[in-house]
Amino acid sequence: MSRLAAKFEELARTGRKALIPFITAGDPRPDFTVPMMHAMVKAGVDVIELGVPFSDPMADGPVIQRASERALAHKMSLRRTLEIATEFRKTDQETPVVLMGYLNPIETMGYENFANAAQRAEIDGVLTVDLPPEEGLECSVLLKARGIDPIFLLAPNSSDERVKKMDAAGSGYIYYVSLKGVTGAGHLNTADVENKLQQIRANTQLPVAIGFGVKDAQTAKTIANIGDGVVIGSTLISKIEANLDDLEKAKNEIVELLASIRQALDS
Amino acid sequence: MTEKYNMPDERGHFGPYGGIFVAETLIPPIQELNAAYHQYLKDPEFIAELDADLKNYVGRPSPLYHAERWSRELGGAQIYLKREDLNHTGSHKINNTVGQALLAKRMGKTRIIAETGAGQHGVATATVAARLGLECVVYMGSVDVARQSLNVYRMKLLGAKVVAVESGSKTLKDALNEALRDWVTNVDNTFYIIGTVAGPHPYPAMVRDFQAIIGRESKQQCQEATGRLPDALVACVGGGSNAIGLFYPFIEDESVKMYGVEAAGDGIATGRHSAPLCAGRPGVLHGNRTYLMADDDGEIIETHSISAGLDYPGVGPEHAWLKDTGRATYVNITDTEALEGFYALTRMEGIIPALESSHAMAYTMKLAPTMNKDEIIIVNLSGRGDKDMQTMAKREGIEL
Repeated sequence: MSRLAAKFEELARTGRKALIPFITAGDPRPDFTVPMMHAMVKAGVDVIELGVPFSDPMADGPVIQRASERALAHKMSLRRTLEIATEFRKTDQETPVVLMGYLNPIETMGYENFANAAQRAEIDGVLTVDLPPEEGLECSVLLKARGIDPIFLLAPNSSDERVKKMDAAGSGYIYYVSLKGVTGAGHLNTADVENKLQQIRANTQLPVAIGFGVKDAQTAKTIANIGDGVVIGSTLISKIEANLDDLEKAKNEIVELLASIRQALDS
Repeated sequence: MTEKYNMPDERGHFGPYGGIFVAETLIPPIQELNAAYHQYLKDPEFIAELDADLKNYVGRPSPLYHAERWSRELGGAQIYLKREDLNHTGSHKINNTVGQALLAKRMGKTRIIAETGAGQHGVATATVAARLGLECVVYMGSVDVARQSLNVYRMKLLGAKVVAVESGSKTLKDALNEALRDWVTNVDNTFYIIGTVAGPHPYPAMVRDFQAIIGRESKQQCQEATGRLPDALVACVGGGSNAIGLFYPFIEDESVKMYGVEAAGDGIATGRHSAPLCAGRPGVLHGNRTYLMADDDGEIIETHSISAGLDYPGVGPEHAWLKDTGRATYVNITDTEALEGFYALTRMEGIIPALESSHAMAYTMKLAPTMNKDEIIIVNLSGRGDKDMQTMAKREGIEL
């Protein structure tokens, strides 16, 4: 069983919800990421989404765009993101790591080379924002053959047919984008999310993590309870951005927020 | 292979190129657009309305003009200019925006967005939005806002909101990113008018179909004027909409050579250029697979060209396919050479071309002398140079 499947099974068994932070690899500096990942695990997160910096992050809002820009300024890349994951794995065999990014770096590396490299780095899932299942079959097959879960997105306007398609194509979990917009947007409506989740549940057994627009512990708890977990990204990265001259402070603030969310989720 | 040319396939593939590579939120609006595009392009009422607009509002057909003096001077093939510069708003871009705006109206969309580089597509979009009373937002890189300020003013006059994009390289690709972000946020009421033959399917095919009037007219006008087909077609290629518009109706006419002219900027060898077909590699950006300017890690490289409209790291997927199959040839022209083309046409024929089109003129100056006097080249004069007066004056040290 994959680390992701095992993790979600354990969470279901213990009646807990998954806390899934997103940070961009190499933001603001390459040496910040691995210690930050370990600190997040200590704060109680279940899965880490590690953003692969890309020059043209079309689905991201300004906060994650700037995170990519800071990382790229340090020559961060898909290859170096995999090195970071490898480094993390040396001292953490438990926490699933999901790569999240755009297709072109993977195309450039080549699907098979990428799948092999991801396997060596013990990556657990790959979410490629601009690779819908229709175009993603070749890559998904290579990943699945190596025990890596291809993770797909669903959106508020996704039809039943799309949900079924993701159910067939994906594994690990489904990432439900809770609003029409880019990452970090601010108009989340929990009633809408609740309605949509009923439709999604009717068409897939996969766990559903919900993200986009989650900013605080209370929202995180509400959202997580609707699904199986909550993804929080831009809010964490804002704390890096606000403390670029004091990264220890950035790290502490992120840990504090995640710990408070963990507490809210478990209470 | 070109005997029965039937590209793209149902999911928008031109061989390995094209396709739909977008975030999930954009899948439903793309499916909706695809359905509308297939429905209305076969709808006689829609076609009649489009034809009437092209005739009475755009001013089509545009002339095919025999540049006799320039042809004589160059001493080779007879050069015919397809005068897209004479269209309303001054370029070929309006052929497409008129069509897409009619679609938007049929689909009940109340808000139009667009990206623009040189501002020609932005102006053409703002124009049709004004005419139909639709809200219009145009995204433009802040570098382009500075170098194409006349067009920014035109768009504002027409009632559009122009958003200067500060991210990335602050040029056309970043404007496209920002327009996609707007679309994903406002999918319900918003129609995204993409200005070139790139983006997710159906855009490359749909924009081509709206621009193909350039080639259809050219073919008929050439027959009328000379009694035969041309020997060569020349057009500049940024995203590639004016080129595909000219090429497409000739693809099955194998005797007609096709030359797409990319922007070599400071020169291909310097790396400071915008020539993905000549010096790039296949990859995925902005919803489709095509040739791109990217580094070894797949990050998109900044491009350079004197002309804002060619300053783009990708190219329409159909051009990628025409390159791989050898049906079209892609060449490149530096900034310096483009300026020679600009001055040549201005002084030889009394026509001031856009800097984008000047690349096609410059390549024609190389090609024509290698051909016989009874051979024919049709060059797409895709836009007029008025928008570039400030850039040119500045280069000459003149303050306007």
